[in-house]
Amino acid sequence: MSRLFEASVKENRRLTEKHYLLTFNPLKKIRRPGPGNFFMISAGNGLDPLLKRPFSLHRRTGSGIRILYRVTGRGTAILSRKRPGDVLEIIGPLGNGFPARRAGENTILVAGGVGIAPVFALAEHLAASAKKPVLFYGAKTGSDLLCIDELKSIGIEPRICTDTGDTGRKGPVTGMLREFLGKNPSFSEDCCIYACGPESMLRSLSALAGEYGLRGYAALEQNMACGIGACLGCIVNTTRGYKRVCRDGPVFPLNEIIW
Amino acid sequence: MNLSVNVGKLKLGNPVIAASGTFGYGEEYSGFTDIGRLGAVTVKGLSLSPREGNPPPRIVETPAGMLNAVGLQNIGIDSFIKDKLPFLRQFETRVIVNFFGDSISEYAEAAARLSSAEGVHALEMNISCPNKQAGWSIFGTDPKVTFRVVSAVRKATAMPLIVKLSPNVTDIAMMAKAAEDAGADALSLINTLTAMAIDINTRRPKLANITGGLSGPAIRPVAVRMVWECYRKVKIPLIGMGGIMSAEDAIEFMLAGATAVAVGTANFVNPGAAVDILQGIKTFMSARGIRSPRELTGAVRC
Repeated sequence: MSRLFEASVKENRRLTEKHYLLTFNPLKKIRRPGPGNFFMISAGNGLDPLLKRPFSLHRRTGSGIRILYRVTGRGTAILSRKRPGDVLEIIGPLGNGFPARRAGENTILVAGGVGIAPVFALAEHLAASAKKPVLFYGAKTGSDLLCIDELKSIGIEPRICTDTGDTGRKGPVTGMLREFLGKNPSFSEDCCIYACGPESMLRSLSALAGEYGLRGYAALEQNMACGIGACLGCIVNTTRGYKRVCRDGPVFPLNEIIW
Repeated sequence: MNLSVNVGKLKLGNPVIAASGTFGYGEEYSGFTDIGRLGAVTVKGLSLSPREGNPPPRIVETPAGMLNAVGLQNIGIDSFIKDKLPFLRQFETRVIVNFFGDSISEYAEAAARLSSAEGVHALEMNISCPNKQAGWSIFGTDPKVTFRVVSAVRKATAMPLIVKLSPNVTDIAMMAKAAEDAGADALSLINTLTAMAIDINTRRPKLANITGGLSGPAIRPVAVRMVWECYRKVKIPLIGMGGIMSAEDAIEFMLAGATAVAVGTANFVNPGAAVDILQGIKTFMSARGIRSPRELTGAVRC
């Protein structure tokens, strides 16, 4: 009944200076997580840090459930020190997840930085379909680009750009997307965007989608206490009023988010 | 062992309550815990009209605790009665409705409207939210105003009336006495402590509201002390709360003088926390041959 469970850490691999890939195995049967769902994961076992942290599903594999995360504070620093066999307390899967694709429509995926975590889950879900998604991926530098080989292994060739230009195109990911839309008018006729990334990226993506009249969804991130809709801590302002990122989201239509 | 307790006129099957603001309207926890096992659920604070609450960010974690500045976001009393109360009626669990107003007359009107709703068993008056604008706080910090607003609500309702006290005062026992004199049946204590956190890189407050309310185990010793002070001053029963994470914490509050306890921030960490705490209290009592929670209330040896 409860979506609270314990899981054993299978692997906690360091990918870059700041990024880790953690695989865990639930110690009891849990609901099947889908792209855009997330888990609340305890950082420590004591009272400090107190609250669990939200992490979106990155990948479901034969060896367990994976999250991809960046060390940004105390909680994630503690998490980064977990070793195989350590036990984590987790709540989930939570959240609405990305909506199902409409029949026949084209898919554009947009990821910024560690926002690739849930976007990858959706890419993998859609990669086998007849209409393969086109994935745009931006990061600060080439060393911040994650899971490029993983993407290639599922048959997705990411279109890459970086702020520094040391890898891929130089400039924002929305610039590259704008160019693509201009060159492929028929593609964008029946097309939906799914995105996750920093607020600045999502804001300009919303503007771009509005300009081209494209539907789109973004997976958002907010500080959360409970993850289940009770604390009202993780709200986002939308055209339908304040909504809870954890329970009403984390995926929202781009045109409903008020930046 | 008999776990039932009387919080004034309110009879509970056991002394564990889910605290207001941490348990939504109950339904949020359905599928995560067994609501029917709790003594009572106190729903998120309601007002006559819906409130949008404060802009984000609304929460931030601090050592062994968290700050919140939700700003009393709620759907309003009418929507609650129509859309949320039917769900709660299916349980034996008692329903305590937390409410507030912006004036004495609003408090009284809110109480009157809630009193006629089927499935509401007690009212908890919030005179102590730290996230309201300055001026509002006098309801919970000036004993004369507390007396007036509680008296007005007392006249408006025959329901069990619980007053939730603010810890942001010099002498909480004096506030407890004012509420008791005005006709309160019981007291809840404590609400959150007004607090602040600053991002040293951006030099900006971490909450959009600048200040917020501190909750969690960080405040527990303060809350235990306040329950003990009020227990010595008033005769009406006390509901103790403030950072209860375990059965041991709950028992500490009872020894200080609480008849019942409310679990708050712990629900965020573990949605089953309140039920686990109830189980732990039973284990503690049976191991020591304690037959009723009443044997624990105020039993601290000073």
